[in-house]
Amino acid sequence: MCSLALFPAPLPAGQTTLCESNNELLSGGGSTEDRLKQESSPLSLYFPRESLKLHCRTESSSKAAFLDHSETLWMRSAAAWRDGGLTGLLDEITNSNTEVPKWLSVSSGFTLALIRWFSSFHGSLFPHLTMSSEDMLAEFSQVLNWSDCVVRAFAWHPHADKFALALLDDSIKIYNPKSATTPTLKHRLQKSVAAVQWKPLCASALAVACQNCLLVWHVDPCSLSTRPSSGCAQVLSQPGHSPVTSIAWSPSGSLLVSASPMDTAMMVWDVAAESCVPLQRVGGGGVTFLSWSPDGSHVLASTPSALFRVWETRMWTCERWPCVKGRCQSGCWSPDGSRLLFTVQGEMVIYALTFTDSPAGVPTCTTKGPQAAAVVADLSETTFNTPDGDIMVGGEIQSLAWDPTGERLAVLLKGDSQAADRPAVIAMFKTRTTPVFELLPCGFVQGEAGAEARLIQFHPNFQHGALLTVCWSSGRITHVPFYFLSTSVPHFGLGGSPSLPRPQERPADFNQSLFTELAS
Amino acid sequence: MFSAEQSCWFVRKVICWRAVASIAWAVLLLPPITAVFVILSRFSLLHPIQTVSECLTFLTSASVIFSFILLCGVIIMVGFLNLEYYTVIPTIACSKIALLGQLLHPRHFVNSLAHCIMGIIVAWCCAITIGGRYEAVAYPCTPGDGADSSHQMCLNEYHFILLLAGAFVGLSHSMLGVIYNMNYVPFHTVQQYKYLRFKGSLPMLVKCSATQALYSVRNYIVLYFFLGYIPKAWICKTLNLHLNSSVHPLDSIAGLLDLNLLYQLWVSAGFLLLTWHVTLLLFRIFVTEVYSFAVQSSFTEDAHQCLPKVLTGKQSMILKFLALQDLALLSQHSPLRRVEVFSLSQPGGHPHNWNAISKECLSLLSDLTQRLIAYHDTVATNGRAKSLSTGSERKTSSETSVTSGTDDLMSPRPTFLMKTPASVFARSIVGSPLTAPFTPDLDSPFASPALRRLTAPPDPFSPWSGTVQSPHIMRRVPKLWSTSTDSQVNGSPPASPASVPSPKQEQSKPSLLAQFLQNRKEQLPEASSQALFADSQAHIWALEGLSYLVQASFSEDQFGVVQTALPSILSCMLVLQEAVDRHFKLPHASSKPVRSASSLGDSTHKTLRFALRATLKTAIYRITTTFGNHLNAIQMSAEHRKRLQQFLENKE
Repeated sequence: MCSLALFPAPLPAGQTTLCESNNELLSGGGSTEDRLKQESSPLSLYFPRESLKLHCRTESSSKAAFLDHSETLWMRSAAAWRDGGLTGLLDEITNSNTEVPKWLSVSSGFTLALIRWFSSFHGSLFPHLTMSSEDMLAEFSQVLNWSDCVVRAFAWHPHADKFALALLDDSIKIYNPKSATTPTLKHRLQKSVAAVQWKPLCASALAVACQNCLLVWHVDPCSLSTRPSSGCAQVLSQPGHSPVTSIAWSPSGSLLVSASPMDTAMMVWDVAAESCVPLQRVGGGGVTFLSWSPDGSHVLASTPSALFRVWETRMWTCERWPCVKGRCQSGCWSPDGSRLLFTVQGEMVIYALTFTDSPAGVPTCTTKGPQAAAVVADLSETTFNTPDGDIMVGGEIQSLAWDPTGERLAVLLKGDSQAADRPAVIAMFKTRTTPVFELLPCGFVQGEAGAEARLIQFHPNFQHGALLTVCWSSGRITHVPFYFLSTSVPHFGLGGSPSLPRPQERPADFNQSLFTELAS
Repeated sequence: MFSAEQSCWFVRKVICWRAVASIAWAVLLLPPITAVFVILSRFSLLHPIQTVSECLTFLTSASVIFSFILLCGVIIMVGFLNLEYYTVIPTIACSKIALLGQLLHPRHFVNSLAHCIMGIIVAWCCAITIGGRYEAVAYPCTPGDGADSSHQMCLNEYHFILLLAGAFVGLSHSMLGVIYNMNYVPFHTVQQYKYLRFKGSLPMLVKCSATQALYSVRNYIVLYFFLGYIPKAWICKTLNLHLNSSVHPLDSIAGLLDLNLLYQLWVSAGFLLLTWHVTLLLFRIFVTEVYSFAVQSSFTEDAHQCLPKVLTGKQSMILKFLALQDLALLSQHSPLRRVEVFSLSQPGGHPHNWNAISKECLSLLSDLTQRLIAYHDTVATNGRAKSLSTGSERKTSSETSVTSGTDDLMSPRPTFLMKTPASVFARSIVGSPLTAPFTPDLDSPFASPALRRLTAPPDPFSPWSGTVQSPHIMRRVPKLWSTSTDSQVNGSPPASPASVPSPKQEQSKPSLLAQFLQNRKEQLPEASSQALFADSQAHIWALEGLSYLVQASFSEDQFGVVQTALPSILSCMLVLQEAVDRHFKLPHASSKPVRSASSLGDSTHKTLRFALRATLKTAIYRITTTFGNHLNAIQMSAEHRKRLQQFLENKE
């Protein structure tokens, strides 16, 4: 088991991690020169919070100011039905007891009380149901401190060198180093974006998880338009399936699954037909996070309760995995889809589950998995003695990311938002899957002073190792390359592309922009 | 080589047993549904416990058991009709007139009649179950003012209205079935076990039965209010019953505003629809279950049951679809069976399996390409003709100047090409290439046996057949009914100048009916596009199967059997891609159909073209991302290379 005590000490304040080369993490001082170098790479972006036009809309607060109270009862009832559904209607009838017959107001008040009692009972079983949808998104998002984050979601395209990111002002921008235009996607329904993901084996389709629906944008990569119209977006919505907190495309690009903590069913969408199949399992009270294994055989679905499921995608049956302590916060799959790493809320360890393939060709009923998860890393607080004093690192884990070659694992540690000296930090592990699974310490990835990591993702096909993209709390997006020679030729099962012969590892050459090497 | 009795093998051994299993399950599910119905229909708010105990004793009584046996018979009959009428290729009416034609077709008429009768039977069972005032068809009464005490039998209108409601709901169910293509059996992209699939769609089923029952009852009430006296008078006359004048008649506002009556009608209609929908759903689930064909067999007598043979066979549509589905799944999920596909024959070393599979898939795809190109051509010329002359003038101008040029020869074509695939009035159109785009050729693999049965003989009951003599009407036939033309089949131009009445005559008699019908005809613009892609589920599987096999061949194909076919596969896909792109530029082709949530009629056939477009793109990308720059070594035309380069650069 790997623990943080084996890690090299974090960098002193002001130093930033630049890259990994020759098995060690190189850092640069806080000098402006280094920063300039890093910023000169075309995809390092900076979104200062002030540059975003935020709309201060809270519909519930403005409603009282604008509602015309001189409307007739019928109009108000209709409006209440439209806005608040049955409870809204009952509330309206109960409140306007001077206009309706007494029996009606009394009975509706009684019904309302009954509904509230029942929902509070239901809520006590599943406390997350009482949250507002914004809070729920913040709670279950993979992004640390989602509601306050400038970049709320980020996605690399699985094949092309481009990425999409969702900003705090509900717009989505698409960056492509080879094209001068950066399309900005806005849609009436695109609110509170929790996740974005590009469709595999397709150049243009981008799925967006919004507050009330799913959007699938079709952004023509050759188009010169900077504001694609909302006609380019398919709206996928299902009553009761909101807010959507997580989405996952199948690696073959044919299906999209979406999850909402309010809905016990996980939706499997056939996007082209705009039809969905709900996969209902009542236990857990909802689905919060989804992750499709790279070989397409399994889907991890975590629930708000101490329970997660692993679906097998051939016949869509699932295994239940009850956790002891809390819900499954995050998870990631090894590139061959045989190993799942996950973390549990309230625990400071990483677990691993191994799935062995069933005999090939035989239709699998349930792949016989392991009986229990094994702890592979312990990330509890550790104190490092540095010249600047003692630094405490460790704690709960926000998210995990495993690079596509299966050699580096990035772990975003939550830190402590109260204590000033315990910011969120990224711990990097070296991983090896064959012959035995191993985690080795690599180091901490740090940004500039005062910036906390919020979101991490690996580039899906970086040629010279792994490339970690980090979105910082300051609104900056940086890319940290890890140069290494892959020990094994990555094999993606059916889903991936075969690897090209790798060029000889270069020594770290910072004078050159990172992405010139990427250009194929 | 593939004779009829071998093709029957599949229908006889698999489909029939699946249908029987589905019917058996539907019959097994009948008792719980009936129990729920009994409780719902006899429930009284004031005595809940008493009701339940009453229901329990009632459920074991002899009359209930008899009606239960009747209901089982109805379910078996419904299941049989499902088996008889199902199709895997939806019939899409391109115009409202064609839809009307479908509704009035004798085959569907028989279906409607059967449903009507079964509706009456179910309603009778319901009446027995509800009991009370609904139970008997007649009761003794004293006619008139009751001065003379001679007892007569009077009609129990409550019983009668329930029976009639059953007939109406059965009829409307069968009509809606035609309109919403309920006999279409959709295949699902998400594979699930039968039990889980049934469980998953049960809530939707209950909801949709309840709403449909509500609408049916509403329509029925309106109809009964206006026309109820006719059947009432008829039944009284036939059965020699009297109307009790002291009882309020039900076809009045006061009579129909009886809440209990409305509730019982609704619950009975809901019960009826639910049992039938359950039967239909089970049938669909059982029939579309994946069937695993052997890729190759060591015994020659089983050779006709192997995947390559089954794929190339043209006998049964369902067999072909299941084989393609199995191909798509095996190419995706089972490496062992892929090895068999890539294997060489033992003496000789020929890749027979791969050759047969790839050839069949490619021919399917190129068939679709041809269809799309032909459609595009006709639509393009049609648009030009329209822009030249509009309205009724167009008819005359195009027909008077028949000899002038190719353009004019083309212009009448859309009128007969615009027809439903396998339109119910289609007469045998053998081998006419022009008809291919819109009617899956009857001899082509896409004609289901049901369909062929439907279209083969010239329909003696069709109002337009046989007696039509006048060329005037003859020419109108295709327009009205949007089917194939007789004249075109014979290879002659639609109307030679000699036989055409003079244009003046035509203009002087602008048949109002014809114009009306013409307008009706043009009301479903999207339908022709839907009809074009009606059988595209097969193409989708062919694309998936091919692309997954090609992808797997990169690492699994030991003998390089796939490599030789790679250029043709790529060019076939690229040509199709171009045709599909061109098709989606047409008006209406890319407009999305309205999503109808609460209907059992599956609407997946309406979106098949979008699914095909997405699958096609994904399939090409799957090949390009797998092979990457190796594809540059493949021989292909410059145009295709340019298109492929777009895919390699992720720019499509």
